[in-house]
Amino acid sequence: MKRIGLIVVLLCGGLLVYGTIDFPGWGDPEAPASRHVSPYYIENSIRDTSVPNIVTAVLADYRGYDTMFETAVIFSAGIACFFLLRVFSRKSPDVRLYRHVPTSLTIRIEKGGKLPEESPDFERIDDEWTPYDLIIKTTCRLVIPFIQLFALYVIAHGHHSPGGGFQGGVILGASIILYAVSHDLRATIRRMSERVSALLATTGIIIYAGTGLLCLVLGANFLDYGALAAVLGVDPVSARSHGILIVEIGVGLAVMSTMVWIYYILSSVGRNDEGL
Amino acid sequence: MSQHFPALIIVIPLFSALMVTVAGWFNKRLCFPISLLSLAAVLYSSIGLLMQVLSRQVVQYRLGGWPPPFGIVYEVDYLNSVVLVLVTAVALINLIATRISVVEDFPDKLGPFYTLYLLFVTGLSGIVVTGDAFNLYVLLEISSLTGYALIGMGKEHAPLASLHYVFMGTIGASFYLLGIGYLYLVTGSLNMVDIAGILPKLYGSKVVLIAFIICMTGLFIKMALFPFHSWLPNAYADSPPGVVGLIAPLTTKVMVYVMLRITLYVFKPEFSFASADINTAFVWIAAFGIVVASVLALSERRLKRFLTYVLIAEVGYMVGGLWLANRAGITGAILHIINDAAMTLCIFLAAGNILRQSRSDAFEDLKGLFRKMPFSMAAFVVAALSIIGVPPTCGFFSKWYLISGAIEAGQYVFVAALLFSSLVNVVLFFRIIEIGFFEPLDDHHHQAPEITRREAPMGMVISLVAVAVGLIVLGIFTRDIVTKIIQFAIPEGIT
Amino acid sequence: MDTLISIIVSKYNYWIYICLMMIGLYAMIVKNNLVKKIIGMNILQTSIILFYVSIGAKKGATLPIITHGHNGESHAVHAVDFINPLPHVLMLTAIVVAVATLGVALALALRVYSQYQTLEEDEIYSQIEMSRKK
Repeated sequence: MKRIGLIVVLLCGGLLVYGTIDFPGWGDPEAPASRHVSPYYIENSIRDTSVPNIVTAVLADYRGYDTMFETAVIFSAGIACFFLLRVFSRKSPDVRLYRHVPTSLTIRIEKGGKLPEESPDFERIDDEWTPYDLIIKTTCRLVIPFIQLFALYVIAHGHHSPGGGFQGGVILGASIILYAVSHDLRATIRRMSERVSALLATTGIIIYAGTGLLCLVLGANFLDYGALAAVLGVDPVSARSHGILIVEIGVGLAVMSTMVWIYYILSSVGRNDEGL
Repeated sequence: MSQHFPALIIVIPLFSALMVTVAGWFNKRLCFPISLLSLAAVLYSSIGLLMQVLSRQVVQYRLGGWPPPFGIVYEVDYLNSVVLVLVTAVALINLIATRISVVEDFPDKLGPFYTLYLLFVTGLSGIVVTGDAFNLYVLLEISSLTGYALIGMGKEHAPLASLHYVFMGTIGASFYLLGIGYLYLVTGSLNMVDIAGILPKLYGSKVVLIAFIICMTGLFIKMALFPFHSWLPNAYADSPPGVVGLIAPLTTKVMVYVMLRITLYVFKPEFSFASADINTAFVWIAAFGIVVASVLALSERRLKRFLTYVLIAEVGYMVGGLWLANRAGITGAILHIINDAAMTLCIFLAAGNILRQSRSDAFEDLKGLFRKMPFSMAAFVVAALSIIGVPPTCGFFSKWYLISGAIEAGQYVFVAALLFSSLVNVVLFFRIIEIGFFEPLDDHHHQAPEITRREAPMGMVISLVAVAVGLIVLGIFTRDIVTKIIQFAIPEGIT
Repeated sequence: MDTLISIIVSKYNYWIYICLMMIGLYAMIVKNNLVKKIIGMNILQTSIILFYVSIGAKKGATLPIITHGHNGESHAVHAVDFINPLPHVLMLTAIVVAVATLGVALALALRVYSQYQTLEEDEIYSQIEMSRKK
């Protein structure tokens, strides 16, 4: 196997390096890639869309169709993980252990006994229980709101600085996963349940595709934001800028929810009640 | 609304997939009607698009309103539209035919199943109509991801088979992406028509040659051409019954379509068929693949795995037909896309029926099926005759074009491979038919939970019979299909 | 010698990325453990992303963000001052696709583990062989 792998890799690599002989040099401003289509984007993005960040303008307007499918890709990854791993029937174990936090007593409840109600005084101990850690919990609790604020800033400022829906959505998702990692998965699911994240993900893509469909209904082609000028009451160029903002919000929502959803499913192997 | 058909083809299944996700959380019984309505609407739009193309030759749709090459455009011409109708028709028929087995297999995950189904159809339809090379990659990845998940839920060794499919599929898609990157480096554009306009000046460049090789290698891996076929038998044989009738007929054929699009329209025939030695080499690879697949099929004892090897051989037909580089060969390849999708759908649906009723598809367990499942076995016989190539079923006509093209090009090795594989198919299919027809059903009164060999439910049987009839209808109308559509799908430079 | 040095200096970035691609491909083919194969797949996809991004570089050009805002329409923008934005856009998409594929591959690996209790391919194959013999 190793020999076959080595031969295949050397053959492939040799072929690819052979192809690079005719490449234009690295960073050459006269290269065909820099002279054919991209000068149009650089020179006309403000005139067409009034968005200074050219990457966002190309991503969400000129090539907005690709971005819609990219959101659909991440959404289908979430659905795929759900489809593959999620098990709904949960067999609760016969014996459960609980820890009373104020007194540090451990209680053992046999089958048929009455379970303690949901309160911060009682902590469930199972196979993957980690002991209470004050430093981590407090630090994360202090840091998470700022992370989320920064994520919202990244989404909203996608027009003027590097950023946009994907980046902000991932940071938002990471903040929730940080909460899940530092605290308990159960606590996170209590705050943001699986159904909420699935429906938010769907809403995100519906916002994106719905904007495009709205443009279709208003008479222009699919995803032609200039048609939104009639609905939003601005001139077509600003309508494009607003359209880009709307779809970026949709993308951010979808990406955040899907990241959280995939984390729930993968970390608990589909059971969604235990885990990290 | 009719000028927006190209967009509707993608938007309708995408929206319906989202609706089905939401519906799946609240009321599971809505999932099937929503999917059915959306696929019916998509089929209607694709037939409408075909009519538009027949009258106007090319339909261009600008997404976002931007002209090419600055925005993404859809270019629907003769080659596209007929493959699009095929994809949507196969998806719709499979949806109807497998409703009952889906409800049996995934009772609590109906919402995600139909979501993945609709997203898969969205991805494939998008691959067929798009005119932008990078957009094709994104849609390829959507259909691949949903395919991996759908296959991974099968029985037995499905997760491992699907994981291997993930690896091979990702290598294939990454090679395709790399090839597009090389092309972008020297042309500066991603639009297929634009690239085709810029490339003739660059034909001597090494970059273009390597881009072609890398793109083709990626596509060969994804269509399971020998020697990259190892992922296909395991992945398709172990997949759930509701899924195999969707993925098996469509994935490889759409990859063959992409190969045709890139070879004939992006790199024009002057480049692709420039060297007669390379053409011969590809035809030999295809012929070798057909022979190896047929030989491997001979050693199989189980119905579904045997059919996957037949599928690999069919891919060899189409690839070899393209590289014959004459009009008859390429006509045969395009006609075979249509015919093979229909034949594969029919035979896998029939095998699904048999598997559902018999619980086992080893050849020995097929005894006496003709008496117990007459309609399914009749459809199976029609599909078998079509795969062997007996008139008036459609399989005969595409083989006829391929053989005449091969004789015209002087590629007798390919002719020999075609005849050999037909012979192997005759031997194997007639063995199955003999077992099903002549061997008596053993009476085992004392065996307690015996398999009840009844006919499959009405819904499954009706769709299956409809597809079998369709095979004969496609065969009868071959002349119309070829003269009205396929003839114009081939660029003029080919004799 | 001069031409060799000029070839190396103008193209060494592409060669490095091709080396990375081949490392990823080698890992996918040769390694026994399924998670190592998944990591190799990720390396392959990431190196293709790096390859594309390096296509967009331009000597002496800055980020593709026009800093003078959109209140002065008379400000002329020259394409030569800004790097090529298109590969960045394409690779935003490719990164998301790579992450999605990673997610699905990990889900499948979890399913394989729960079925066979191991992630080493040779052990899985021997388990399959033994179950087939029975």
